[in-house]
Amino acid sequence: MRFPDVSPLVWQVLRRHLIVFSRNWVTNLTFNFFEPLLYITALGVGLGAYVQDMEGLPYLHYLAPGLVASSAMFATTYECTYGTFVRMEFQKTFHAMVATPVSIDDVIVAEILYGTFKSVLYGTVILLVILVLGLVTSPWALLVPPVLAVAGFLFAILSMIWTGLVPNMENFNYFFSLIMTPLFLFSGVFFPLSGLPKIMQDLAWLSPLYHVVNLVRSLVLGQVHPGLLGDFLWLSVLAAVLFPLSLKLIRRLIIK
Amino acid sequence: MDAVVAEKLTKEYNGKVAVRGIYFRVHYRECFGFLGPNGAGKTTTVNMIYCLSPVTSGKLTVLGMDVRKHPREIKSRLGVVPQENNLDPDLKVLQNLLVYANYFRIPPATARSRALELLEFFDLADRAGEKVDRLSGGMKRRLTIARALINNPELVILDEPTTGLDPQARHLVWQRLRRLKERGVTLLLTTHYLEEASQLCDRLVIMDRGEILEEGKPGELVARHIGQEVVEVGLEQMEEAATALVVERTGHLLREHLEVGDNLFLFPREKGQAVLQALQDLPLRFSHLLLRPATLEDVFLKLTGRGLQA
Repeated sequence: MRFPDVSPLVWQVLRRHLIVFSRNWVTNLTFNFFEPLLYITALGVGLGAYVQDMEGLPYLHYLAPGLVASSAMFATTYECTYGTFVRMEFQKTFHAMVATPVSIDDVIVAEILYGTFKSVLYGTVILLVILVLGLVTSPWALLVPPVLAVAGFLFAILSMIWTGLVPNMENFNYFFSLIMTPLFLFSGVFFPLSGLPKIMQDLAWLSPLYHVVNLVRSLVLGQVHPGLLGDFLWLSVLAAVLFPLSLKLIRRLIIK
Repeated sequence: MDAVVAEKLTKEYNGKVAVRGIYFRVHYRECFGFLGPNGAGKTTTVNMIYCLSPVTSGKLTVLGMDVRKHPREIKSRLGVVPQENNLDPDLKVLQNLLVYANYFRIPPATARSRALELLEFFDLADRAGEKVDRLSGGMKRRLTIARALINNPELVILDEPTTGLDPQARHLVWQRLRRLKERGVTLLLTTHYLEEASQLCDRLVIMDRGEILEEGKPGELVARHIGQEVVEVGLEQMEEAATALVVERTGHLLREHLEVGDNLFLFPREKGQAVLQALQDLPLRFSHLLLRPATLEDVFLKLTGRGLQA
């Protein structure tokens, strides 16, 4: 495997994405903001009225931090599948960039960082919303954005790997229905996994979102314990291991 | 020192050879052309020059640097106009140039003045704030060329610069490219339009199936292979006997003749008029009979037995 050829020009590519983002951030943000709010209302308030408590918490308090994590995940994965693919395949933006001193690795890393940016931004916005709703109970919540950064980095890499493996628009539907939706449902966002069969619990451990939810919920609720370092390490190690693979898979689509 | 030096340059991918050990040199300040039909290996060759496609084997030096060792340095001094316009549709016209300038680390103030200058030069000044999608094909092409000049490149690579443009838009692009050449910019272009090649190129190579068949100045190539004029003959009954008769009766006046499909091409030694005269005396009926100046297309035809558009 080739050593990554990354330079400070990554920032210039990332800047391009941020310029585009700054032009339509209101639409962008409103859309992503709306969905978690629907879950909070429908499930947290609506369904929550029938739920006694969840691990000793009112259901709304249990659910809200999970939605911070899942919103961050979806923001990144949409960007680094559909968004990346449109730039690469339809707009040929990557080709235009690599004709300048920018290298293909610079372009890919900038995509991953842009995905990371979206995770931090969208996750943090939801965090602020639940703060306003009085659902954040600990100053440990200040550590949520760095957790979202690592999570975003990992989800961006996973999305780029999928994009590199099956580069066509239709297959992104599979990514979302076969991978993202199960992650969303079985990673402890809506209910604790302790009620599930042992095998499901073990599988959940493999879900990156499970670890993100653990971290975010514990920080938001101030239930901090050393076990959280394990979750953090799990995310970081997986990101580090998969990063070269994402480079390799996208590279081969551009460099022929 | 030359702007581009290729020696035994070869490119293979997916198990097929796209470029077969070619040799060429592009001098500074000239316009050098790759003329050939689609699939000749022109784009593959320029992709290697601007460090997009890795070289399979052979030597390729651009602006004195090995493409394998110094891609970023080379690319910082090149301008690239790809075959497909890949302007950034998420950005407006002026922004396209400014953001591109960032990739070359051009300071913002310099980038801005240079971008405005380029928009002026390419007749796009009044479009600066418009969306790229709103531009016509010719304008998009001009903007793509303008973008390639943002870093004041020493060498500009143009892959099929006017393919798909209407004649008016094409002539406007040619005009601007000529002015660039006058300013001393080295141009390297690929084309399958013989008119483009003869209008713009000081020197060119004729490429087909990954190989270079000929090299020289357009006028020289035509003179060397064809001569001044060509007589095109269409026989109503394209029988071997008729062809043989034509060749027999005009042979002493010809350098050579060529049969391509339904057409017979006669390359007169001296005056085409004399050949025409001789043909009209024959007891044959012609669907058409045409005396015209010889072109690069005839050279290509002679070298490959096929037309350029084939």
